[in-house]
Amino acid sequence: MRIFNFSQPLNFMRLKWPAIILSTLLILGSFFSIATKGINWGLDFTGGTVIEVGFATPADLTAVRQTLTDAGYGDAVVQLFGTSRDVLIRIPLRTDVEQAAVGDSVIKALNAQQAEPVTMRRVEFVGPSVGAELKEDGGLAMLVALIGILLYVTMRFEWRLSVGAVASLAHDVILTMGLFSLLQLEFDLTVLAAILALIGYSINDTIVVFDRIRESFRKLRDTSVDDTINDAITSTLNRTVITSLTTVLVLVVLFYMGGALIHGFATALLFGIAIGTYSSVYVASSIAEILGISREDMLPPPPVEKEGENTDALL
Amino acid sequence: MLNQNPLWRYIVVIGMLLLALVYALPNLYPEDPALNISATRGGTVAEETRLQLEQSFRAANIAAKSVVLEDGQILARFHSTEDQLQAREIANQQLGGNFVTALNLAPATPGWLTAIGATPMNLGLDLRGGVHFLMAVDMKAALDKNLNDMVQTFRADLREDKIRYRNVQADVARGQVLVSFRSEEDVAAAEAALKKRDRELVFSTGSDNLTLLVSISEIRLREIREYALEQNITIIRNRVNEIGVAEPLVQRQGADRIVVQLPGVQDTAQAKEILGATASLEFRLVDEQGDLSAALEGRVPPNSELYYTRDGRPLLLEKRIMLTGEHITGASSAFDEYSRPQVSIKLDAKGGNMLSAATRDAIGRRMASVFIEYKPGTEIGADGNPVLIKQQEVINDATIQARLGRDFRITGISSPGEAQNLSTLLRAGALIAPIQIIEERTIGPSLGKENIELGVTAIQWGMVCVLIFMVIYYKAFGLVANCALIANLVLIVGIMSMIPGATLTLPGMAGIVLTVGMAVDANVLIFERIREELLEGRSVQQAIHHGYDRAFSTIADSNITTLLVALILFGIGTGPVKGFAVTLAIGILTSIFTAVVGTRLLVNLFWGGRRVQSLPI
Repeated sequence: MRIFNFSQPLNFMRLKWPAIILSTLLILGSFFSIATKGINWGLDFTGGTVIEVGFATPADLTAVRQTLTDAGYGDAVVQLFGTSRDVLIRIPLRTDVEQAAVGDSVIKALNAQQAEPVTMRRVEFVGPSVGAELKEDGGLAMLVALIGILLYVTMRFEWRLSVGAVASLAHDVILTMGLFSLLQLEFDLTVLAAILALIGYSINDTIVVFDRIRESFRKLRDTSVDDTINDAITSTLNRTVITSLTTVLVLVVLFYMGGALIHGFATALLFGIAIGTYSSVYVASSIAEILGISREDMLPPPPVEKEGENTDALL
Repeated sequence: MLNQNPLWRYIVVIGMLLLALVYALPNLYPEDPALNISATRGGTVAEETRLQLEQSFRAANIAAKSVVLEDGQILARFHSTEDQLQAREIANQQLGGNFVTALNLAPATPGWLTAIGATPMNLGLDLRGGVHFLMAVDMKAALDKNLNDMVQTFRADLREDKIRYRNVQADVARGQVLVSFRSEEDVAAAEAALKKRDRELVFSTGSDNLTLLVSISEIRLREIREYALEQNITIIRNRVNEIGVAEPLVQRQGADRIVVQLPGVQDTAQAKEILGATASLEFRLVDEQGDLSAALEGRVPPNSELYYTRDGRPLLLEKRIMLTGEHITGASSAFDEYSRPQVSIKLDAKGGNMLSAATRDAIGRRMASVFIEYKPGTEIGADGNPVLIKQQEVINDATIQARLGRDFRITGISSPGEAQNLSTLLRAGALIAPIQIIEERTIGPSLGKENIELGVTAIQWGMVCVLIFMVIYYKAFGLVANCALIANLVLIVGIMSMIPGATLTLPGMAGIVLTVGMAVDANVLIFERIREELLEGRSVQQAIHHGYDRAFSTIADSNITTLLVALILFGIGTGPVKGFAVTLAIGILTSIFTAVVGTRLLVNLFWGGRRVQSLPI
């Protein structure tokens, strides 16, 4: 069984300009959304308190909100989490109450109102300094990862491909963050982990294509650069699709069965892998092509001639 | 002929898989609800205690699976959580305040597995429930206190050397002490005198030439910071033991942070109260005239109080406090000239004066160090939390040999270990830098259990989906890839269980699921390559050989870059993210091994080195 069976390489590079324009528009759109709507940073980044409580019966959110307002937490955000019996309460950082005590006092207030006591499922408090540091560290991690990849690909392949690879990674990260901004999904620590995993996955995809491009350049002597790239992408297309498919398969499972805490992680990766598959075909290769990659760049370095090696032949 | 492997390769790979399987096994055994009983500082748990407990459990109709004494602790296993909770009540009633009982989940690993060091994976707090605190040490407070101590010390030193000064004051913002004089000669003399006493001071002169600006060297600053952090860690470790947690973790993080993880603890209010409570230290003279036996019967002399040493010896101490712990600036254990263990104590200037005055007429008498701490009792207060009980004990009493000053030593300590312990307690009583909780995460036990179940089902179903897909798409070769995938999972679990520092978290489980999806990538690459080679008209054996050969460099390159990302993630991430990075990195390595080496062996075994017309691929 095969998904694709082509006798001729598909002409991917014919669409390189439309693809680049599309990607540029999407990136601009993402930036626009991030600039105007902002990112819905989770507790890990903003600081504050999150309390997850379990009710014995389906929870009445209005009553919970009222209880919290009465207890002095009018600024609390109350929502269901996963099931109708689990309630997530977010309380932003405050200066008037001692932060570390918020969790206990909220649970006490809820218990005072309920006939049956609520069960504490999770209380998380993050101080303001920790959140700011995490943003910094997370950004640093992405930057370091991108630079590391840039160096490695330059070393193993060629600088044009390296630029293409990093551009496609940045593309994936920006679009995923743009999606989270557009839909106002919560961006928490697991989403950060997902984006970093996405960098790993997407680079994997890109390298496989690049490896084939290098090989095709060496194999096909009298073919144009465009056709060589087309040949490489076509022959790796089956692999690209199958691997993406198996990964998407497990991510769908994770999305539906992994529980509410993993939702953001699965969403980011699902979207990111779709984008990453597209970008490793189009963004990375197109940019390398536009930067003027040629067969000469891809040939193995000429073997260093050793002195006296050829003397036998001369005789 | 092509595609044949020597026997030893099969043996090595099968051996590795079996090893991983054995080490993965403990994870399959459920955990027993258990009680951990240990004695508080100084005490021991005896065999009689164990027998007593066993009897009372039987009397209360609680069927304990086992009650064993191990490493000075009693571990009692039960069949259910109800039994466990009931047993804790009984143990608390029976044993009283000298023992700490902690709820625990003890792995029910069979003896033969424990014997070879196979233990289940460490579970993160998000999977087992508990509290995680991140605390920041207020370094500014430590440095400010040091600066104020310097002011006191300089005043005393200059007075002693008869150098006249106008004023000594601390400039907290700049981290300097300003000493002003009337003449330039005094400035020079003061600098020489102060330098002689402390080489770590850095001097400069103010613009009017009559002020000496004194700051401390970078080395000393670092020492103060380290000291403040270490001191806090020591105190927190002591306290955590009092809370009664089975496997607590107290660890430094970075320059001024402390991570505290208390698995199983639900009542954060209580935990915070205990961690935040202050310990203190007092030095008092021993009342040797008082009648100890009368005091024991309740007739304590009016100017004295009855105390107990750590081994339970009663001691009458004078009510007057000679010195409190806040004046201690350092305490370290060392050896004297006869290589007997001793503890050296340093005081600030004020403390030195106080002690000097207090010991002037007390040479030959005995001085006791009293350590005061607060721990939760059995009584429940109005706020629903246990009332904290003040606990005082004499940690040392020694004869005063001479008038004591800013530096003194306690000798006659029985062992180096004891000296170490004493210096730790002395430091703990002199907390100089306050701590603040900057992050707190509490995961309820139900959520932890749920997270594990969710993670396991996600892994199972993700696995099933991929297995089915691979068989449909690659037929017999798909089965080979599936064997590799299953072997991969066994290897990940086995390696995670073998590495002591690896902790499984919920994002870590997500990492395993992701690895399952991505692990087939290497096989997809190889199989696609083999198909291509076949299409190009190569023979079956050639196609297998070239397929593996050509795919390998691609697999290596792409996985090295992913590994790079995992390493970066591990380097800068914390907690759950680190857990994710560990599983991702292990998953990458094992998937290369199983997909490249493992499947090659199987492919060679079935199809390699023989006349095959076509491949079931």
